[in-house]
Amino acid sequence: MDPHVKYRLGKSNGFKALIIILAFMCVIPLLAILAYIIQAGATKINWHFLTNIPKPVGETGGGIANALLGSLMMVAVAAIIAIPVGILSGIYLSENKNSKLAYWSRLSVDILQGVPSIVIGIVAYFWLVKPLGGFSALSGSIALSIMMLPIVVRSTEETLKLLPPSLKEAALALGMPYHRVILKVVLPCGISGILSGVMLSIARVAGETAPLLFTAFGNPYLNADMRKPMQSLPLLIFNYATSPYNDWHDLAWGASLILLAWVLLLNISTKLITRRWNIQL
Amino acid sequence: MDTSIDNNVITRSLENTAGNYILKTPEKVKSNKRISRSYRQIRTENGFRRTLVIMAIAMIVLVFGIFLTLIVQSIPSIKTLGIGYLWGKTWDPVQNIYGAFPFLIGTLLTSFLALIISIPFSFAIAIFLGEYFPKGPISNFLKNTVELIAAVPSVIYGFWGLAVLVPIVRSFENKIDVPPLGIGIFTSSLILAVMIIPYAASLGRSMIQMVPSPLKEGAYSLGATRYEVIRSVILPYTKSGLFAGILLSLGRALGETMAVTMVIGNTSLIPKSIFAPGNTMASVIANEFTEADRTVYLSALIELGLVLFLVTVVINMIGKRIISKFTNE
Amino acid sequence: MEHTIISTEKFNAYFGDNHVVKDVTMTIPKNTVIAVMGPSGCGKTTFLRCINRMHELLPGARAAGKMTLNNEDIYDMHPIFVRLKIGMVFQRPNPFPNLSIYDNVIAGYKLNGIKLSKADRDNIVESSLSKAALWKEVKDTLHKKGTFLSGGQQQRLCIARAIAMEPEVLLLDEPTSALDPISTASVEELLFDLKKNYTLVIVTHNMQQAARVSEKTAFFYMGELVEYDDTKMMFTSPKDTRTQNYITGRFS
Repeated sequence: MDPHVKYRLGKSNGFKALIIILAFMCVIPLLAILAYIIQAGATKINWHFLTNIPKPVGETGGGIANALLGSLMMVAVAAIIAIPVGILSGIYLSENKNSKLAYWSRLSVDILQGVPSIVIGIVAYFWLVKPLGGFSALSGSIALSIMMLPIVVRSTEETLKLLPPSLKEAALALGMPYHRVILKVVLPCGISGILSGVMLSIARVAGETAPLLFTAFGNPYLNADMRKPMQSLPLLIFNYATSPYNDWHDLAWGASLILLAWVLLLNISTKLITRRWNIQL
Repeated sequence: MDTSIDNNVITRSLENTAGNYILKTPEKVKSNKRISRSYRQIRTENGFRRTLVIMAIAMIVLVFGIFLTLIVQSIPSIKTLGIGYLWGKTWDPVQNIYGAFPFLIGTLLTSFLALIISIPFSFAIAIFLGEYFPKGPISNFLKNTVELIAAVPSVIYGFWGLAVLVPIVRSFENKIDVPPLGIGIFTSSLILAVMIIPYAASLGRSMIQMVPSPLKEGAYSLGATRYEVIRSVILPYTKSGLFAGILLSLGRALGETMAVTMVIGNTSLIPKSIFAPGNTMASVIANEFTEADRTVYLSALIELGLVLFLVTVVINMIGKRIISKFTNE
Repeated sequence: MEHTIISTEKFNAYFGDNHVVKDVTMTIPKNTVIAVMGPSGCGKTTFLRCINRMHELLPGARAAGKMTLNNEDIYDMHPIFVRLKIGMVFQRPNPFPNLSIYDNVIAGYKLNGIKLSKADRDNIVESSLSKAALWKEVKDTLHKKGTFLSGGQQQRLCIARAIAMEPEVLLLDEPTSALDPISTASVEELLFDLKKNYTLVIVTHNMQQAARVSEKTAFFYMGELVEYDDTKMMFTSPKDTRTQNYITGRFS
């Protein structure tokens, strides 16, 4: 073979090897993090850990029950707000591709997606914490729901846009009114895409700390009142990890493992559900 | 065209079919149950359409509200400190001296350093998934890995960084004769780099997959090696898309708060080297917001938030514009 | 005198500035099969879609003129009422992919929230599927999804779904153009049976089909209704040269 060609082929193979190496190197940090968190947190988790609140500094033991409850409650409330608003907006955008309102609305959703989470926290502070006189879980939930909206709107819009127009036509030709066409025919056919958008948005906000820093603020006690400050898993991790106390570090590791497991489980089940529920068009 | 108006000839613009009709139904038709319930349905139909419109408007109102709130709350700072605030070199709230320059530097340093570190990896993944292994088990493995990297909450990155990365950086700093703090700009950039890999990677991958086969086939048929096709066909074609991916990664880096806050050292001074501690706009807000006890203090922090908001929005918008231009071509 | 079910008078349709249906005046007698034919772009499908008011759903679409169903102006009624009385079968079969065969047939009731007793529902499903010549083939698999049937079966399912609503008129937009010859034959046989209870208006670009199934034929050319006559007359001695040219294949 011509030596020059040999050289070129060698270069090509070398490049491929380089790409493969670089690509797989990215797996290393992920594995390192997973391994470390599992190892550091697994030993800390037990029934006591899950059902007790943190003990004051100096006392061993304690748990993260307040953070668990807080995370569940705040994310649930955020979802209840964001899901209907997001889906309905997504429906509007997919149904009205060319209206002026759709253009500005879509632009707004794009902008919303890029807003840093701490800015959302600032805004939620001035909208809900200051006027109402104190930190509250509700303000935290609203901040989280604002972060969920762009994901839900986008995935709804993209899913519905992919549905064939013959679906709507068939329903309309049967004399169905518009709201039934959308709610009873179009949405059910797009359910897998919409559901995955919802689940991904929940996975995203479950791990968010910054929006809660000045809204829910955190709470060392178990609290189920949305009008008062509440603890959440990410907040607890942040506060306790950066503290100088080893006991609190232990709590933070346990909490990290639980949070990681929750987020990863949501991501994995999203994939499984999308596959099972995908309606053959 | 006949311009005489015949009473029976009516033109209606029928793009919006909701609620513009006089319902004329003779008695015998009204008794049909199916038809009468349709009356109710028509009213619901109009209500539903209106609700959709309201929700779409809500998105616009939300963004406006955020922008407005940021501006209004920054006014005290803008009025008192003026434009010089942005390049003021000293941040000393105790003495009521506010200067944002340390944070601008901190943000720019960490973000750009993170970008430089992450780009080779992002592009490697993009080329790996877009060109060499678009399908199959290896492809799925890497795709899932990248998605998981993006899914890990930033506070966990920060905690891990604090526990694992900081000691490593500290011993490294010992070796190169630099104050062994472990925390600082460099460590933050490392963590940030890992976190932003997925953004340029997934966008890059979609762009690369969109390169039309005929283009590549033309180059192959001339005897080009795979590397040469990548270098002279794929990369030039996707140039703008890859740039947009970089912008998206950058936007993400600029706005990242928690992981950076935990390992950057919370020092409001202009960092003297990349191994020095510092603060970014986001981290100083996170650290000092709840302690800001004076109007100007708080307002100065909010103004940082405003700058952050504007910069990330602009960068994201430019990135998205480039993508839509690319996909519409 | 045959009873007229649909009549139009100087009916026009537009897409923005495009005048696609021009001054159509015709009457359709009850319980007949009317074929509407013409070359591509002549406005026949647009005209059909104006009858059940599906045309106006497209952006920029407009209609003008008079069109009546049983002497009531269709454009004075709310579109939903019109579509309850005038059913449509589309070119590509479009059963609802997330519903079973059973649910597809009664979709017009179920999805509209009309409550029926199980006995009524079963009745409607069986009678509609029988009228659509599909009952025997699917009566044991009614719970399976509609999309698992063959093309011809799917189209007959769509016909069953449309007639389950007991419309007065059934519009068919090139119902067999997406089907293979055997399915086409089965659907055409069906059309002949259906006209006992319904009036059928069929758009077709297949002249042989028009000759086979219809009693009257309307020929559209460039948006105008050029000729409208008994099918036999139209095909043996057309009155207009344009009709003549189309039939002899000068343009398709």
